[in-house]
Amino acid sequence: MSTRATEFLKRSGEREHPLEDYVGRVPRWCTGCGDNAVLAAVQRVCREEQLPPEKLVFVSGIGCSSRFPHYMGSYGFHGLHGRALPIAEGIKMRRPDLHVFVNTGDGDCCSIGAAHWVHATRYNMNLTVMMHDNNIYGLTKNQASPTSPQGTRSNTTPRGSLLPPLDPLQATLGMSNLSFVAQAADWIPELLFQIIHAAFKHRGFSFIRILQRCPEFQANRWEPCIHDPGKLLLLTHENGIQVSPALAKVYKNIEEHDPADLVDARRIVGTSEQLPVGIIYRNPDVKCYEDLAAPDKLYTPALVKQGLETEFDKFTIWPRD
Amino acid sequence: MSVARKKHHDPVGKPAIEIDEHIVEILSDSGEGAQKCGQSFGAIAARLGYGIWTVEIIPAEIQPPARSVDGASGNRIRVAGHPVTNGGDTADVVVAFNEQVLLGRLRADELKPGCTILLEDKWRNDADPAIAASYAAVYEELIENGFDVRQIPMEVECLEIVKDPRKGKNMFALGVLCNIYSLDAQAGHEQIRFIFGKKGDLVVNTNQKLFDAGFKWAEQNLDIKYKLQATPATEANIVVNGNTALALGVMASGMEVCAMYPITPATSASHYLSEAFHKVGGVVHQAEDEIAAAAFAVGSSYAGKCALTITSGPGYSLKQEVLGLAVMAEIPLVVIDVQRGGPSTGQPTKPEQGDLLTACFGSHGDAPKVVMAVSDIEDCFYSVITARKIAETFNTVVVLLSDASLATAQQPFPRPEFSEDWLAAPIDQSPVEEGYYPYNWDPRSGQRQRVIPGQPGGMHTLTGLAHDRRSCVAYNLKINKEGMRHRSLKLAALQKTIKTPRVLGDDQGELLVVGWGSTRGAIEEAVKRVREDGHSVSSMHLKILQPLASGIKEIMQRFDKVLVVENNWADSLDDELIDEENRRYSNLGWLLRARCLVDVDCWGEVGEQPIKPGTVERVIRERLS
Repeated sequence: MSTRATEFLKRSGEREHPLEDYVGRVPRWCTGCGDNAVLAAVQRVCREEQLPPEKLVFVSGIGCSSRFPHYMGSYGFHGLHGRALPIAEGIKMRRPDLHVFVNTGDGDCCSIGAAHWVHATRYNMNLTVMMHDNNIYGLTKNQASPTSPQGTRSNTTPRGSLLPPLDPLQATLGMSNLSFVAQAADWIPELLFQIIHAAFKHRGFSFIRILQRCPEFQANRWEPCIHDPGKLLLLTHENGIQVSPALAKVYKNIEEHDPADLVDARRIVGTSEQLPVGIIYRNPDVKCYEDLAAPDKLYTPALVKQGLETEFDKFTIWPRD
Repeated sequence: MSVARKKHHDPVGKPAIEIDEHIVEILSDSGEGAQKCGQSFGAIAARLGYGIWTVEIIPAEIQPPARSVDGASGNRIRVAGHPVTNGGDTADVVVAFNEQVLLGRLRADELKPGCTILLEDKWRNDADPAIAASYAAVYEELIENGFDVRQIPMEVECLEIVKDPRKGKNMFALGVLCNIYSLDAQAGHEQIRFIFGKKGDLVVNTNQKLFDAGFKWAEQNLDIKYKLQATPATEANIVVNGNTALALGVMASGMEVCAMYPITPATSASHYLSEAFHKVGGVVHQAEDEIAAAAFAVGSSYAGKCALTITSGPGYSLKQEVLGLAVMAEIPLVVIDVQRGGPSTGQPTKPEQGDLLTACFGSHGDAPKVVMAVSDIEDCFYSVITARKIAETFNTVVVLLSDASLATAQQPFPRPEFSEDWLAAPIDQSPVEEGYYPYNWDPRSGQRQRVIPGQPGGMHTLTGLAHDRRSCVAYNLKINKEGMRHRSLKLAALQKTIKTPRVLGDDQGELLVVGWGSTRGAIEEAVKRVREDGHSVSSMHLKILQPLASGIKEIMQRFDKVLVVENNWADSLDDELIDEENRRYSNLGWLLRARCLVDVDCWGEVGEQPIKPGTVERVIRERLS
């Protein structure tokens, strides 16, 4: 190994990673866009965990939220509309050493990539998935998304959208082999950080729906919740998130909810008048697909030779004497 | 061949007619085991040193209605005293478990006029008068047309050994065939142990008894016996079909991930990989759809574990956007397309070479990809290794085209000698030098040095958006052009390394026949036959179709006429509306005309069966006259 390499390794072992290590290019999101808050929270989580930036891969689809990887000081993969999840799965499959995050939006995840979402949940690979849900297509300039409230006026629904919205939480709670689902709001940084942190710590497919503001095309969507904290329900638990005394003064609706309780999770998501914020469900015992699918032996030239010879033997016709 | 000699002097023996080669077909309803019988016959013959090529006869459904004209399931085996490269023309001997499946092959002109037909006779006295009448009618027709029909009481004979002859007739038939072709019964027993060994001794013994019964019945009741002069094998050979050979090639190439979605006729390659890939540290991922399979493979390759996705036409279409991403972001990816009849769902179990232009020009925008095709079973194995090397060397997409005819065809080839050169060198993962740009394109070749996640100092965000050398989104039009130029240059750089294809026959003359992929064997055989008659005809086979090697134009110009022969659609000038201004050429026809400015003629067939040497021979003779 070169001197430079040795120095690098030595340095990366000793040196503490400041926040700046996780900073990439200057964000080009609109002023007031909730994505900025998500970026800040993620960078804090990385610093908190002191994750080596070269071991981080942020995978995204297409849309405003999917510009996220460019703004991190890590590896990133800004791919195709709707396909962030299968790309992230491919990355994670044989590289357990990498921390793989996915940034996707409501159009990306719940519409064009919806099939992948259902199956990614079921594969339960160790990925941290943030679904930035602003209830609208932003980058393509204001079209209703599957999560837009009924009646949303947009460029494709000038007389108001016709259908009730798809509820990502209810949908997720109905998926098989689910291991982690949470909901966060971009305007409560303290909880956003805690939730992303908890999602990162969970070994499995951690899905966070992030209520995200779009000042440009859905300016009033979350305003009522911001002005009236009573519209939110904070879910706390010793195994979930904790609410600081300062926050508790603002948010009066706080409920003890054990993330292990799926029935209660479904009750909260299905019946609550308020929008829940916190860890809704978590099951650390669900096995990860990359572990189940991993071959017993690691690839080496010697192994390939040995395996091939065994297979060739099966099909070989030896000369007869 | 000691075995043949022994049979020749068998005391019971009849004189064996010495032959150079034969084509045998075994036909049954689906589920009656004709395929197993045919494959076993081929394997036994190969074991004894004969050249073989087997072709599966597959109905569209898993269980089509019994006794239906289009429901034939079975196998064609071309067996010869020399190596064979294709399934040949028409059958010399046919074993049929009922007259309807036979009728299907007769109507498709697959039987040689007057050939020997061994026909299960149980239908003659069937309780259903309609069945008995249909049997009688077909029998009469065959006799009238001069076929040598031998009725065999297969059912009755098998009932002596098993309760359900549907599950045993195939081994009886195998015994009959081995006797007819003077093949060693011991080799038959060994083959039966090989295929039924896992099911235990009882099953092996029962099947060997059935085999012996067929062997004995043929000895006592048939007056036909052939002997092929074989050259005993001196080296170890592998007998697999094209899809298994592709899968072995995947393992040998050092790839670690295969992401796929089930699709006929590609899936059997993944079946085999699912069984064996883990033994060399690989993983098969059955994705939720074709797009996810391609995206998964791209993710894996991006992370430094070269991957492939394997599919057929419709699935290949679905992957187009992902292939565009891999080209744009310069991620190595091997895509295998085992072509079938198209468009749309088309003919899933039938061969066609209709995806060549899609492979060359598919996706959107300018997406330069490498396209190569396999031409025989051995080629399936080695081509995957080459494909991976090109993909990783040039950081691009390599499409490897096979088709339904090779997918299920079997042909022996020398057992490969493992070489570490097959595997790609590990990626240098040392920290990245300062000033490194992820798209540090070489201005002459478009090449760049790839960095993978985990490498300190190399952090960047790869993007499907147009990007500059730093992988930053291009907000400047000049940058887009720079990227496109370098991606295009990579194909030129590869092209400089490709050898000019070899001409089979004289390197100038009256007619040059050009082909690609699975039709190679049939074309070369046809050209050989015509050359034996003194005609000035040569052939040229193209393995790498994009980029095309240099020198092709010069070769074509040395011939009076150039004819492309392909298993895909080409308008015929015999149609009233078709003329030189609206004629749609075959795939390679388009490609060669555009690339070489040579007036290339073309002939295409979409006849649901692999193209026969006799058909190519007829087309060549027509073009010569």
